[in-house]
Amino acid sequence: MPADTAPQQPNGDALLQVEGLKVHFPVTAGVVLQKRIGSVKAVDDVSFSLRRGETFGLVGESGCGKSTTALAVLRMLEPTAGRIVFEGRDITHLGAVKMRPLRRRIQMVYQDPFSSLNPRMRVRDVIGEPLVVHGLAKDKAAYRARVRELMDLVGLLPHMGEHYPHEFSGGQRQRIGIARALALSPSLVVCDEPVSALDVSIQAQVVNLLMDLQECLGLTYLFIAHDLSVVRHISDRIGVMYLGRVVEIAAGDALFKAPKHPYTQALLAAVPLPDPELDATRPHDLIAGEVPSARTPPPGCRFHPRCPQAMPRCKVETPPLVERDGAEVACHLYGG
Amino acid sequence: MDPAPLLDISGLCVSFRTDRGLVRAVQDVSLQVRAGETLAIVGESGSGKSVTALSILRLLGEAGRVDAGRIVFDGEDLLALEDRAIRAIRGDRIAMIFQEPMSSLNPVLTIGMQVAEPIRLHRNAPWKDAYERAGELLERVRIPDAAGRLGDYPHQLSGGMRQRVMIAMALACRPRLIIADEPTTALDVTVQAQILELLKELTRQANSALILITHDLGVVARYADRVAVMYAGSIVETAPARALYAAPAHPYTRGLMASIPSIDGAIGARLPTIDGQPPDLARLPPGCAFALRCPHVFETCRATPPALMEAGTAGHLRACHLDADAAGAAVQERT
Repeated sequence: MPADTAPQQPNGDALLQVEGLKVHFPVTAGVVLQKRIGSVKAVDDVSFSLRRGETFGLVGESGCGKSTTALAVLRMLEPTAGRIVFEGRDITHLGAVKMRPLRRRIQMVYQDPFSSLNPRMRVRDVIGEPLVVHGLAKDKAAYRARVRELMDLVGLLPHMGEHYPHEFSGGQRQRIGIARALALSPSLVVCDEPVSALDVSIQAQVVNLLMDLQECLGLTYLFIAHDLSVVRHISDRIGVMYLGRVVEIAAGDALFKAPKHPYTQALLAAVPLPDPELDATRPHDLIAGEVPSARTPPPGCRFHPRCPQAMPRCKVETPPLVERDGAEVACHLYGG
Repeated sequence: MDPAPLLDISGLCVSFRTDRGLVRAVQDVSLQVRAGETLAIVGESGSGKSVTALSILRLLGEAGRVDAGRIVFDGEDLLALEDRAIRAIRGDRIAMIFQEPMSSLNPVLTIGMQVAEPIRLHRNAPWKDAYERAGELLERVRIPDAAGRLGDYPHQLSGGMRQRVMIAMALACRPRLIIADEPTTALDVTVQAQILELLKELTRQANSALILITHDLGVVARYADRVAVMYAGSIVETAPARALYAAPAHPYTRGLMASIPSIDGAIGARLPTIDGQPPDLARLPPGCAFALRCPHVFETCRATPPALMEAGTAGHLRACHLDADAAGAAVQERT
């Protein structure tokens, strides 16, 4: 490991800390002058941290900012405000040159295994390209050996390296994407909906693979998904996002057994369980309406227009994320 | 099967001519739907669930061909009808809701005109009356300020609202049968719940039948009365929803249910998987299509395709050579 990426750990075992992260996108009008007429607050004051070796799940509906948060962590988007500390270093505004060695340590697995692989490259080169880009392949033999090792790690057979991505099924393509993400031996892997494009019988194979890899390589995952049962299965802790904010963070089991935030409760009630007997025993209370635009978010608590338990103060005061019984929740029902 | 079913599909076989040869997308599919009933067809991509649905309305296109079978709706064989006669049924007595509301709505027509169109077409109503009725329909699917939204274009609505418009269109002529092909797959879960509740409520009110095509076993559990599980073009199991979940009888159904993480299962445990992947429909094995992935496979499975047969309780059928008791014991051993 190069010296400039050596971890200095002021914060115990936190691998990644995100503090007060904001990512705002300008909304402009006009073709030539591009006058700024507002902004989309895709991520607005989000804080969480990842311990080394854990899986942190991030859930929420489309537009809640979960993918934008991930892209900011990867420094593929410039944060508007806040701090991102990775392996003890503040990387929030690190320049491209200084960021480059750190990029080896944070890799990503994408949602769509069809569009995220270059169709004109053989699988071995798709997997090996990061080694070339970062100058980590000493010679051809070492390169080949590393690619073979990576393919073996994700359960691909050696001869498959000669083929092109289109010759593979969705599940196998996702294995290729995972192998590529692991090529640089990252410590943090951001998985953005890694199984949602796959068929049910294939999802379990990929979930198992991700868990096995975590165990043998000591990986830390930031796992983004909308499928709550998959997130619960793989995550140690889960953060629930709504319209650019984190509304609740709790251990996976606690979140499902005793969801605190009314939005978390509504989200859980909306997901039908694959078992009619069990499903009938759970609340089915629907929440009305849809997620409002992030350009004009409601004041106060952003969930208040849809919240069945909204109080007058919810319309004006933004609830902070506070600790309650080992979980964190941003809701006026829990004091704070 | 007391009253005659509203829809009776028997021995349906559909194939597509492709560069890779003949793809047998649907093979010998038989199923019935009664008035007021919700039948879920569940399966993974390529299982033939959508092709079965498209065959009912004869929307297969140039490449697809029905090779055998009958589709009897309300006493008429839909496959034998002339084009004009089937057009009179589409959107009138049988309506369809597609997955992606943005690509199924016409982007250059207002939603009012699109909802009014089937009423004008099938009921010969003047535009003014049809338009008024469209307003009522949008209200029924709970689009806020319905009358004011008639002049909106699809792009001005959210995904959930567009799917409500699709439902309003489908309901316009009070169909006896609604076919919804993955109606909520493109939507968020809280909106999915709203749409499915709405669909269920409105079909119940009108005593219409609903065919719900989905890959989501949770949606099936909450909204279906009966379920048909499809794999590689065939129905492998069909049963009343509760019976299916209480005692899945086909190894594929069992594998599928086991592979979904449950929300009260052990966190971090390895999920049971179905090894391999579905077969190429252009090169189907001679016997059971699931044989290659089945943990209980034996000689007969590789040679002869199994037929749907009673599996224990009434109305519960499965297509599997394995003896029912042995299957139960074997699966218990494995888990």
